[in-house]
Formats: sequence, C-alpha cells, structure tokens
Amino acid sequence: MTRERKRKIESFIALSLSTLAALFGLFWLVFILGDVLIEGIEALSPALFLNDPVPPGVAGGGLRNAFVGQLMITFFATLIGVPVGVLGGTFLAEYARGSKVARVISVLSDIMVSVPSIVIGTFIYAILVKPVGHFSGWAGSAALAIIMIPVVLRTTEDMLSLVPWTLREAAFALGAPYYKVIIQVVYRGAAAGILTGILLSIARVAGETAPLLFTSFNNSYFSTNMNEPIASLTVSIFQYAMGPYDSWHAQAWAASLMITVFILMLTILGRVIIRWRYGKR
Amino acid sequence: MPVLFKKNPIDVAFSIITGLASLSVLVFIIGILYVLFTESSPAIEKFGVMKFLTSTDWDPVRESFGAATSLYGTAVATAIALFIAIPVAIGIAVFITEISPDFLKSPIGIAIELLAAIPSIIYGMWGLFVLVPIMADYIEPALQSTLGNVPLIGILFEGTPMGIDLLTAGIILSIMIIPFTASISRDAFNLTPEIVKESAYALGATKWEVVKNVVIPYSKLGVFGGIVLSLGRALGETMAVAFVLGNNHQITTSLLDAAATITVTLANEFTEADSDIYLASLFYLALILFVLSFITLAIAKFFLLKAERKFSR
Repeated sequence: MTRERKRKIESFIALSLSTLAALFGLFWLVFILGDVLIEGIEALSPALFLNDPVPPGVAGGGLRNAFVGQLMITFFATLIGVPVGVLGGTFLAEYARGSKVARVISVLSDIMVSVPSIVIGTFIYAILVKPVGHFSGWAGSAALAIIMIPVVLRTTEDMLSLVPWTLREAAFALGAPYYKVIIQVVYRGAAAGILTGILLSIARVAGETAPLLFTSFNNSYFSTNMNEPIASLTVSIFQYAMGPYDSWHAQAWAASLMITVFILMLTILGRVIIRWRYGKR
Repeated sequence: MPVLFKKNPIDVAFSIITGLASLSVLVFIIGILYVLFTESSPAIEKFGVMKFLTSTDWDPVRESFGAATSLYGTAVATAIALFIAIPVAIGIAVFITEISPDFLKSPIGIAIELLAAIPSIIYGMWGLFVLVPIMADYIEPALQSTLGNVPLIGILFEGTPMGIDLLTAGIILSIMIIPFTASISRDAFNLTPEIVKESAYALGATKWEVVKNVVIPYSKLGVFGGIVLSLGRALGETMAVAFVLGNNHQITTSLLDAAATITVTLANEFTEADSDIYLASLFYLALILFVLSFITLAIAKFFLLKAERKFSR
C-alpha cells in the first residue's frame, strides 16, 4: 500500500468516526425528546392544569398547585434577579469599563454561573429557612435569583460592550450626563440583547430542581402564600417519578413535557431575537 | 474612561447603585463560603479535615460521618462521564467545523444547543424510566459476558445488573455534558485562522491531518478549558444522577453497584437529617463540593481566558 493511500484511508476513518459522534449526539436528542413528547402527550389532560393532587388511586388528580407555584417562584426570582443583574452588568460595562474590579467580578460571575445549584440551596436553607423554622416560597425565589444574577449580569455586560463607544461620545458631545447616556442611548441600543439574556436566564432557572428541594420544598395543597412551602413542577416531578404509582409517573411525564416545551421555546425565542437584531452569527 | 460623570450627583448615585449590584456576586461567594463553614463547624470540630475526607463511615445512628463514600461516587461517575463525553464531543466539533456541508452546520449546532438546554431533571427521569431497564436487561449483561471475563477489568462488572448504578449514572452525566463540551470545542476550533488551514491543504494534507496537526494544536487551550469546565459542571450535577444512583454509602469496585455522590447525598438526606451533627456533616459535604467545583471552574476559566487572549492579539 502506498503511503498516500494509507493517509487517505486514515483520514477517511477519522472523519467517519467524527460523523458517527455527531449522529450519536443527535441520537440522544431524538431519543430523549421523543420519549418526553410521546409519554407526555399521552398523559396530558385538562385535569392536569385544573385540578389539585388527589390521593393515589382516586382518578382526576392534577398539578394545578405546582403550575401556579412554579410560576410564582420563577416570577419573584425574576423580579429580584433581573434588576440586580442588569444594574450590575451596567456597572461592569460602563462605570468600571476596563478596570481590574470589572474584570475580577466578570470572571467570578462566569464561575458562579456553573457553581452547583444544590450548594446554593443549602446556603439559602441556612440563612432563610433554618432561622425561620419552615420552608417558604420566598426562599425558593431567593435561591433561583442567586442563580439568575450572574447569568443576567454577564450577558448585560457583553451586550452593552457591543454598543459602539462612538455612540456614547456623540451623546456626551450633546452635553448629556453619563446616566442619561446609559439609559437613553446604551440601553436602547442593547435592548434586544439584554432581553435575550433575561429570557435565557429564565429558561435556566425554570428547570432547576436541586435548589428548590430544601427551600420552597413541596406542598400537596393549592397555595399562593409565599411564606409557606409551595409546590413546584420540578420538585413534583422528582417526587412523582420516584413514587410507586403509575398515575404519578404519567403526571411526571406530562409535567416534564410542559417544562421542556417552555424552556425550548424560550431558548429558541432568544436565538431568534439575537439573529434578528445582530444578524447571522 | 471619562470622569465626566463625577460632576453630576445623579451619576454618582447611579454608579453607586450599579456598583453595589455588581458586588452582589462577590457577596454571594463570600456569603456561601462563610455560611457553609459556620454551619458545618460542629462536624469540622468533631471529625477534622483529613479524617472526614478519608472516613468511609456514613452512619446516622452512631452519628459517625465521613465524606469518602460520596467523594468516591462523585469521582467515578464524573470519570465515566468524561471518558465517554470527551471523544464524542470532539468528534462532534470536528464534524460541525470541518466535515458537515454548510446547510447542515447551523441546524446541528442548534440541535446540540437544545440538548444543552433540557433541564437536568428531565435527563434524570428519562434515565430512570427508559435507560435503567435498557441497561439492566441488555447492556450490563452483555458487558458482563464480554468485558466481565477479562482479567483485571472484570471486577468492574461484577454483581447483579440492576441498572441503578454508577455506570448508568455516568452515562446519563455524559449525555448531559456532551453538548456543552462540544459547543465550546467548536468555538475553539472556529478560531483557527482559515489561512493556516488552507496552507496545510495546499501542502497536500488530508482533512484529518489538517485537524490533527493544525486545528487541534491551535485550539488545544480552548478545548482543554472546555473539558475542565464540563468536569466542574459534572461534579455538581444533582438531578440527572439522583434518580439512578441509589444513594448507597459504600465503596465498591464494581461499576454495577449503587453508590452515592455528594450531590445525591445532599438531595436525599438534607431534609431528613434529624440531629445537629448529621445536618452539620451534610453542610460540610456541601462546603467540600463548593470548594472543589469553584477551584475546577477557576482553572477552566484560566485556560479559556488564556486561549482568548492568544487570539485577540
């Protein structure tokens, strides 16, 4: 065999293996999403959204409490996390632009994005649950907010940095003070990007389970009181899937489907906004 | 940067507010370290550092605790995950950047990113209902009858295949981190200048030779950073493994046995801890996990920043 032929065969084998790897990755996506879709759609029913849980064996139970609880926890987490994140990102990209402080906080935020979420759950348990003596929806929101803040902060910083500096100089030249430049010029220029960051951060926390296990805990009754333990879809999925009843498993699949659809829609929406605003990337 | 804003009182106020908001990240990190340390201090006093890390005890009744079983489970599950994920992820990155026709690049990239967006609890539940039976009925018996008879490796596949074990947990973890590792590797590959690749092609190199001798040497810092970042993520992953690991506090040589990771121990036992020293030991585990993953992620960030700097010049 000539050397050239050997090299060609070697190249062919390596490239085939890479192609197989890509197919392997896609295979899991199809496998997992397919199962969630099939099992989830089968278990979907109006009762899932309209009824509260019933004892196993009784027909017609649902997860209304968990849907409402999940929405409330996520909503309040967003309410705390987004302003802090956006303002923090503003500081890094504007007032502290290029400074050492900004670089350090930026790197620390990147690390915080990937820190195990269950550790954040234990932290909130120690400061918001243990002193009070009971689990609460607020604790759940606080845990999710801590996860959100670094995500929003970093995307805001990146998006503000993309706004050309000359745009700010034009506004300075008109005599505008810096805060007005930021709010009326920079925010406007980066609005689409910041919005995407917020959507992605909501997608990120909407599927979080570990930090809710010991903060908002769970509640088998309908409750909108954020001072009490409150049900969430993710913790309900954990409890139901680990339980022994087939009806619980079916509801867990249906709840998984709803969460997956919600998160994938947010992720895709975020991508669409970025593509629409900043062109192909 | 200009110091214009110092003249305006509203600007001073706005810069202080935004500054405080950005400091929140620092406050969280220090706060987590401090709170976990004080909460776990009874356990630190009672068991010490080295003794806690090396003790295989986990006995709530005798109130004797050690981290070795959880650390072992974390290490083995993560190792299995990386063992599978690294070659596959790099293969995917090679496929997207070098092989795939242009019209497929974006859809496959999006598909990989969607896989990364699926929450970990879905992976965990899917693993329990779908992967566990497949592992128990087909894959694990097959492994036992082949690799199980090989000397030395054989002990890894002893025992009854139940599907609830380290191997299944490692596989689910690998499926979770593949998209993440792949997209970072792809970004690193994309930084290789076209002109260098074209020069190699002009010298008659095959596609694989270009990848092996040009692209990978060029992007190794970024790829390595991506792998360490995935390692950091895998260490702290909870829900994907909580369903399929069985929370068994024992060190076993077989991959087909139930085990416990730090995260699984926390998820299963935190709300059930009935004594102060039990809870303190769990906080101690959380502290160890936080420090471990923080250091890992910091190393990853260091390499990724170095890779970035190399190209921004």
